[in-house]
Amino acid sequence: MGVIRNSIEKSAVQLTKEDFVSDQMVKWCPGCGNHSILNSVAKVFPEIGYKKENYVIISGIGCSSRFPYYMNTYGFHGIHGRAHSIASGVKIANPSLSVWITTGDGDSMAIGGNHFIHLIRRNIDVNVMLFNNQIYGLTKGQYSPTSPLGAKTKTSPYGTIEHPFSVGELVIGAQGTFFARVIDNNQAMMTEVMFEAAKHDGTSIVEILQNCVIFNDKVHEQISAKDVRDDMQLHLKNGERMIFGKEKNKGIHLNGYKLEVVTLGENGITEEDILVHDANDVDPGIHLMLAKLEYPVAVGVIRAASFPTYDDLMEEQIRTVKESSPIKCMDDLLNSGDTWEIK
Amino acid sequence: MISQNNRKVVEKDDVVIKFVGDSGDGMQLIGSMFSETIALAGEDLSTFPDFPAEIRAPRNTIAGVSGFQVHFGFKKVLSPGDLCDVLVAFNPASLKSNLKNVKRGATIIVDENSFDEKIMEVIGYTSNPLFDGSLSEYNVIHAPITTLARETLKPLGVDNKTAEKTKNMFVLGMLFNMFNLPIAATEEYLKKRFAKKPHLIELNMLVIRNGFEFANTIEAIPSIVVPKTQLKPGKYRNIHGNDATAWGLMAAAEKSGLQLFLGSYPITPATEILMELAKHRELGVKTFQAEDEIAGITSAIGASFSGSLACTTTSGPGLSLKSEAMGLAVITELPLVIVNVQRGGPSTGLPTKSEQADLLQVLYGRNSEAPMIVIAASSPADCFYTAYETAKYSLEHMTPAVCLTDGYIGFGSEVMEIPKMSEMPEIKPRIAKARNDSEGKFLPYSRDPETLAREWAVPGTEGLRHRVGGLEKSDVYGEVSTDPFNHEKMMNLRHEKVQRIANKLPLQEFIGSADADMLVVSWGGTKGQVQGAVEEANQQGLRLAHAHFRYINPLPTNTKELLSSFKKILVCELNMGQFVAYLRINFPEIPYLQYNKYQGQPFTVVELVDKFNQILKG
Repeated sequence: MGVIRNSIEKSAVQLTKEDFVSDQMVKWCPGCGNHSILNSVAKVFPEIGYKKENYVIISGIGCSSRFPYYMNTYGFHGIHGRAHSIASGVKIANPSLSVWITTGDGDSMAIGGNHFIHLIRRNIDVNVMLFNNQIYGLTKGQYSPTSPLGAKTKTSPYGTIEHPFSVGELVIGAQGTFFARVIDNNQAMMTEVMFEAAKHDGTSIVEILQNCVIFNDKVHEQISAKDVRDDMQLHLKNGERMIFGKEKNKGIHLNGYKLEVVTLGENGITEEDILVHDANDVDPGIHLMLAKLEYPVAVGVIRAASFPTYDDLMEEQIRTVKESSPIKCMDDLLNSGDTWEIK
Repeated sequence: MISQNNRKVVEKDDVVIKFVGDSGDGMQLIGSMFSETIALAGEDLSTFPDFPAEIRAPRNTIAGVSGFQVHFGFKKVLSPGDLCDVLVAFNPASLKSNLKNVKRGATIIVDENSFDEKIMEVIGYTSNPLFDGSLSEYNVIHAPITTLARETLKPLGVDNKTAEKTKNMFVLGMLFNMFNLPIAATEEYLKKRFAKKPHLIELNMLVIRNGFEFANTIEAIPSIVVPKTQLKPGKYRNIHGNDATAWGLMAAAEKSGLQLFLGSYPITPATEILMELAKHRELGVKTFQAEDEIAGITSAIGASFSGSLACTTTSGPGLSLKSEAMGLAVITELPLVIVNVQRGGPSTGLPTKSEQADLLQVLYGRNSEAPMIVIAASSPADCFYTAYETAKYSLEHMTPAVCLTDGYIGFGSEVMEIPKMSEMPEIKPRIAKARNDSEGKFLPYSRDPETLAREWAVPGTEGLRHRVGGLEKSDVYGEVSTDPFNHEKMMNLRHEKVQRIANKLPLQEFIGSADADMLVVSWGGTKGQVQGAVEEANQQGLRLAHAHFRYINPLPTNTKELLSSFKKILVCELNMGQFVAYLRINFPEIPYLQYNKYQGQPFTVVELVDKFNQILKG
């Protein structure tokens, strides 16, 4: 999966999944998509290779936010919506930690919406795993900011009259530098994408389409079910053409200002007409269209553009100011400026 | 005594001078420049700016009046003072609204150019006060200050609009003459301020010198002589309360060997702390201007978790938003300094005015039982020591702590003897040492038997991986627990941990005689006025003692004993009676009298002395 280069200290020995398994009983419902996410994270942390004490997992409130208890790392189970700002403080205070946020559509898009967009705008080098099940699970089945218009839930018995957020659109609108989407039933892709997220310098948002078996079962079924997934998912790979379908004969073509699905061999369409994915493009235009695409649904790393991170700029600023300032300690500061002596 | 140019020479122990005018007329600037000069001349001083919430409030209106008060003298100056000896009024509105704060016989300097008939009519003057005899009790010096400033700069080709802006400098020159102060220090000040616009230094200096000369020609301007200060030998500086708070936090970080992190959202009157700390990257300070108050405190909690001395600064409305997160800091038992610079409320209230009405909020304003340390600063310079101590106890006892100041001392300034870092008390954070995984499971909620503080296990340290969070934790193990007896035990532990800090605090002191007829109690930013009033009343023949509280939670261990030993207790505070309510909760058997004021203004010595007399003489 490549090599991660940054200042976080690596482990001298090869760690395994067992190094990250906690002794706490996992209390998610049987069949919940979270189990598979937990498994993927426990697998990818040893692959990333940092020392085990350098990982910190931070969460807010909700089913997704119980995550820190189930991993043997430093963990912080915060308050509703505030995981992003807690994590900002952790990372800015100590940039040599690998900081992961587990959050949900309610935690990040509703009560924590403000912190979510500002975390992204600042490009603080943390990794966000956003479990999107389009429902409030822990409070037992109310609609969320990602529930589709008309969704019938306990607080919208006649259907919601709210337009949902699209996670990727919000991320890109907030100046996001990394956005990926995965589905909870594809562990291989999850591990791969989480590794890419770790590799990215800056805020990485991984939207995980997650199934809530109790309150919103099969919500992602039309795109995640075995028999339809190849036709419904566009698995993006950087530098490769956007080809999908069971027969690998469908592709994404840029027609004017819009993306359209075309079939290879039909109407004179050849491979040359299919877009090549450039996740690193600083211009988010195509990324935004991909994030919003309803058929097929784009999965994998949609955007991974390089911009300076808040934490690097902070360290840099401290270094520069320290070099040029005559004030080296508090005694210097206390005695600086206008002072006088009484004898 | 008459000086060589026939001006009266007056000797005074102390002087209160207030500058008032439109909020865009540079009142804060002239006030600051005057006080810097006074300070460098070696006087003790205390200042207080009094300005509207609007940046450029409507001109020539009572609501738009901005003020800056300076109190200086050769004895210890306790407060910015009540009534002025000298009032400088740049327009009719400021004269009208401030006359009540002027001593009889005081010198009033006004810019007569501003006394336009229409303006006077709008603000309610039926005749020109400069000529209708209504100011006969004062020594009024009305000079065409705007014209004089203009004339000064005309030969240099400066346009009228620019020249008018220097009218405050003209008055400054007059005052330097009046108080026999050197002009040289101001030149230095201007050089710094206008480093990039050197031509302005020359212009302003010219106007100041002309103002100085002009004063020589006016016989009505007294020559006021204040003897040199009696401050004890040492090195001094003038410091604003909010800057002192910032420096106290930085000092605590240096002493404890920790990085300082501030998560904060701008709010009047606390913003200066964020601005000051943002300057000090050279000392490694990390400031994070958060997207809101909640992110301010929660980012600080994150920084605390990862091992920084973490702080958040705010005022009342912001504190309300932080309440839930304050509870999170309590239950995770992490160190955190919350600075609340109180202002008038409720809601947005009086942003630029002062009150002491957040006391019960910081003590009790959270869900469930969430105790934390509360220490209140008593003066601008004391903000330094209070912030330092708040950080010390928070770090050593692993509990969040509130440093309570207010707009009055936050904006105010006073002379401070410069402390030496080597003489500041030690701060020993309870950072857990790295362990080998084979040493068995790390127990994040095991405690020091004496203080009940847990250890600070910082991410990145080997062998200490653990989880904290807002759910109730099991004692010792720190795992999620809903066990009823565990919850009760944890509630008691968190309470007891804070209470035991009292064992480390100095005993509560009082000034005065132990058999005084009444003990006057104050807390926080009112110390100067209350102490001044007690001294004044005692000179008038009353027998009062004074106890000023800085440690609010926990209270010093001898509080009950002290309070019980006096016949009468009068608690004075700028709210409807919150500290007295707190004392009634803690020591219900003691009878208390109370004196409360909530006008957004500080106490005056006069009103306090009146109250003392009324109680004791009936």
